Amino acid sequence: MSAAGSDRRRVVITGLGVVSALGTGRAAHFEGLREGRVGIGPIERISAERLMIKIAAEAKGFEGTDYFDRSQLALYDRVTQMALVAAAEAMAQSGLEIDEELGLRTATIIATAMGGLHTQDENYYAVYHEMKNRVHPFIIPRLMANAPVSQVSMKYGLMGPAWSVATACSSANHAIGQAMQLVRSGACDAAVTGGTESVLCFGGIKAWEGLRVMSKDGCRPFSKTRNGMVLGEGAAILVLEERERAMARGATILAEVAGTGMTADAGDIVAPKMEGAARAISLALADAGMPAEAVDYVNAHGTATAINDRTEAAALRAALGEHAESIMVSSTKSMHGHAIGAAGALEAAAVVMALTENVVPPTMGYEEPDPEIGLDVVPNAARQAPVKAALSNSFAFGGLNAVLAFRGA
Amino acid sequence: MSDQVAERIAEIIAEQALVEPDQIRPETTPEDLGLDSLALVEVVFGIEEAFDISVPYNANDPESTDFDISNFAAIVTGVKKLIADREA
Repeated sequence: MSAAGSDRRRVVITGLGVVSALGTGRAAHFEGLREGRVGIGPIERISAERLMIKIAAEAKGFEGTDYFDRSQLALYDRVTQMALVAAAEAMAQSGLEIDEELGLRTATIIATAMGGLHTQDENYYAVYHEMKNRVHPFIIPRLMANAPVSQVSMKYGLMGPAWSVATACSSANHAIGQAMQLVRSGACDAAVTGGTESVLCFGGIKAWEGLRVMSKDGCRPFSKTRNGMVLGEGAAILVLEERERAMARGATILAEVAGTGMTADAGDIVAPKMEGAARAISLALADAGMPAEAVDYVNAHGTATAINDRTEAAALRAALGEHAESIMVSSTKSMHGHAIGAAGALEAAAVVMALTENVVPPTMGYEEPDPEIGLDVVPNAARQAPVKAALSNSFAFGGLNAVLAFRGA
Repeated sequence: MSDQVAERIAEIIAEQALVEPDQIRPETTPEDLGLDSLALVEVVFGIEEAFDISVPYNANDPESTDFDISNFAAIVTGVKKLIADREA
């Protein structure tokens, strides 16, 4: 019998907030995904002069100074700023009122793979290049990887379990999966979860350039002409609640986080393994009690590197069988870029859009079929189609995989 | 006079492959030495640092890049061209 027994607590999403290259706010993110708007362009927020890779999906409209005062900005790296803005939108939508009792029963699990990288970069510059012998007193509380999760918990009085998750490109999916498990198990009644990331500072981009997996001209997932990934930045925060509780207070339920599958390849530090990815997909389906045939849409990891996309297509076939050929699979990284530790959260937002609006976001930049991939990748235009169940894949460097299974409300 | 560029490249590759430089011959391929894509990225980096050049190598799709890394002789030829271009 499926793991999703009738007596098990179910976990639903009642709030969503987003900051991405497609705009600030979930409406802007959704609109971008619906229109197939590509948020990738020339790097403008920093000087690209000495960069070899001159494109990224910057959240160009997002400036911390629009939201925070000077004393707050002294403590908030860009990743914390984006997390707080996304959290405010998610909390407002959920209508959740955190009194002391609920505060004690609410978890805060927010991923960031790289933490306050802008802060680190600026301060290395100050001490190594400008030869300064003194830095701002709050560098550590700004750059520590738990700064975003701590600031969100402080802001809303969330006193249950709280931690940050760092599993590279899978970070946010791991965070959302763990938050779901905390609520489902009864350890908590609600959770504020998601991911936040910005590696788009000079040192951050240089580090990625070094690996030589970046495209100089665009993100074209699953297309035969793909030539690498494009970095993005942003944050997405979800408010999760136990379903009965959410229904009792009359909350609008956006979707259900129905299951999660997590695996490690135990293989290579950068190259993905098909078996580990396929196992994560199968485990997520089993955890959700969801037959493969029920899945309408897969938000792919889809980084647009040669090896990821090939491996992911094979993993989908291994886990979903024949059904993989008729399923819609898209990579929204083609629009919001690869936001590393926030990727799974921005993509969960895309899944929420698909489930609530029956609009499947496209894979943009698709130029030419790759016989090694096939699949219905929803090329270049969003598609109106009923979506009742969806998966979201994240496969990280280091071989750490996390897949989430969602159901419509 | 011996070929200093080729010698230096052989040293860089040998260090990655854990072999002696004199084991690397013109026709030696990265596969012969057991160099995977990650090791090749390090070789390319070593070459760039040694000769102050920028090598157009994409680990994601090595065949599509302009820089031929199919064997040692091809790498030496490519590096010499990049050095000449830089000095031109």
